[in-house]
Amino acid sequence: MTKKKIIMRIVQIVIVLFGISFLTFLLTYLSPGDPAQIMLVSSGVMPTESAVAALREQMGYNLPFWTQYFRWIGNALHGDFGLSFTMNKPVVGLLLARLWPTLKLTIFAMILMLAVSIPLGMLSAVYKDKPIDYIVRGFTFVGCSIPNFWVGLLLMLVFCVKFTIFPVISSSGTFRDMVLPAVTLAIAMASKYTRQVRTAILEELGQDYVVGARARGIKERKILWRNVFPNSLLPLITMLGLSVGSLLGGTSVVEVIFSYPGMGSLAVSAITSSDYNLIQAYVLWVALIYMVINLIVDISYNFVDPRMRLKR
Amino acid sequence: MTTKKKNFFLQHKVFTIFLILAILLILMAIFAPVITRGVDPIKGSMKDAVLPPSADHWFGTDKMGRDIFTRVIYGSRISLVSAFAVVGLSFAIGMLLGIISGYFRGAVDAVIMRIADMFVSFPGLVLAMAVAGILGASIKNAILAIALVTWPKYARLARSLVLKIRDRDYVSAAIVTGSKTPYMLTRYMLPNVLPTLIITAATDIGGLMLELAGLSFLGFGAVSPAAEWGLMLSEGRSYMRTAPWLMIFPGLAILITVIIFNMLGDGLRDILDPRNEE
Repeated sequence: MTKKKIIMRIVQIVIVLFGISFLTFLLTYLSPGDPAQIMLVSSGVMPTESAVAALREQMGYNLPFWTQYFRWIGNALHGDFGLSFTMNKPVVGLLLARLWPTLKLTIFAMILMLAVSIPLGMLSAVYKDKPIDYIVRGFTFVGCSIPNFWVGLLLMLVFCVKFTIFPVISSSGTFRDMVLPAVTLAIAMASKYTRQVRTAILEELGQDYVVGARARGIKERKILWRNVFPNSLLPLITMLGLSVGSLLGGTSVVEVIFSYPGMGSLAVSAITSSDYNLIQAYVLWVALIYMVINLIVDISYNFVDPRMRLKR
Repeated sequence: MTTKKKNFFLQHKVFTIFLILAILLILMAIFAPVITRGVDPIKGSMKDAVLPPSADHWFGTDKMGRDIFTRVIYGSRISLVSAFAVVGLSFAIGMLLGIISGYFRGAVDAVIMRIADMFVSFPGLVLAMAVAGILGASIKNAILAIALVTWPKYARLARSLVLKIRDRDYVSAAIVTGSKTPYMLTRYMLPNVLPTLIITAATDIGGLMLELAGLSFLGFGAVSPAAEWGLMLSEGRSYMRTAPWLMIFPGLAILITVIIFNMLGDGLRDILDPRNEE
């Protein structure tokens, strides 16, 4: 990644964010729900026709679409995503309060995933077509096919209801509360990632230099850790960056099941109650987080792979 | 002809087994009323509410006294139809736009691909959730929402395949000798794109079923009283302590269905993928 490429990527991120903002705004504009009515109902006011009309006028919902959009995007650029309809608080504050718990959960799930996937994937690649490989592949296959919300419910049934090891409601966001949600998230991710580790390692094992190293009598273990693993890091880091996307999407389901106080469960309740300002801000934020993480991943190639530094 | 067919199925035993299972699943969905002996999946009798599994109710009953076995069987209808609808929609839109993009190149290509890039550089499920929620909870909207974030994958794939052959001599020769554009698109580009897209579609179906069930679970898909597996799990959730069967059987149904379609997709990929032919 040269400086020029990095700048190009940042420009691209900005363009995508504009596209997403336009799409979500258009959808809320076209949607059947009337924001003025939703606001009145949630603040406990009788939504009479005149009250709704007055609020629509006051909030500018009668203005033409483009005026409304540019007004909203102008405020958003200043960090003002408006008020939440249902909670009557600035959307940014609500999301910020939930940001860290979700990031914490995502990072924890990722550490779990790596701790499981890398050893299993390598084992499965090294012992290709041996019993261990078949067992690992069987598990990853089931893991990819199992709905994560069902895994969450089953874990809850076993660990919270049958044996009361963990709390049913993980609303405090402490480490103990994070264990089951993180395990749930990690199971699906680890299954996919183990397969990718296996493929990446197998690809490297087939290279000529591995044959050469073996011919020279270098120990298999040394070849694996000194040569094969470092060489396959590049695709593995790329996949890791991409899997953050499914993690961010998956957190909402898991957060809802375990009543975990993260951005995902906030977003689900916002969507359920048609809290448009909150939904728009959430979608944009997740997009931004995801794209920035992937940019960082791409920049990190410079450090992981010396070849990238030479290519200017 | 018959001997050739027999050989094919004998050669690919795993694929054949899962193909039969998938056909059985589809038959189960079609003949749901026969299998469940006419029990109504929507109406229950309150005197049968929350009964554990028994000879009368194999999978037990829910809070409305509805038979879970019946609802699980009927649930296959929504799951199969919606997953095929998503795949069909994304496939058709993606293939069309991808071929157009790759064949005409230039400004058309730039516009279509920038839009596709926008969707790809973004966690799809998050957007699908928002879209399905904003449009209002219904299966139709869940299908639209997931198709909206899935088509770009097919479009990009189709485009790259078209670009690969676009400048081959035989394509130029066909254009020069007067083949009309629609003919070029349908007779030259389409057959080149189809196999890879079909493989992708087949391997995607299982994952899409999971996403659809997930949306219904969150309340952005099927709405009560529909017999849908994700929704059933979400309804059974609050009875976890007293009636665990409410969340065991619908989950198992999803798992088994997704496994069958994933195995079928993987099998099809192994058979059709030209890279495996040596």
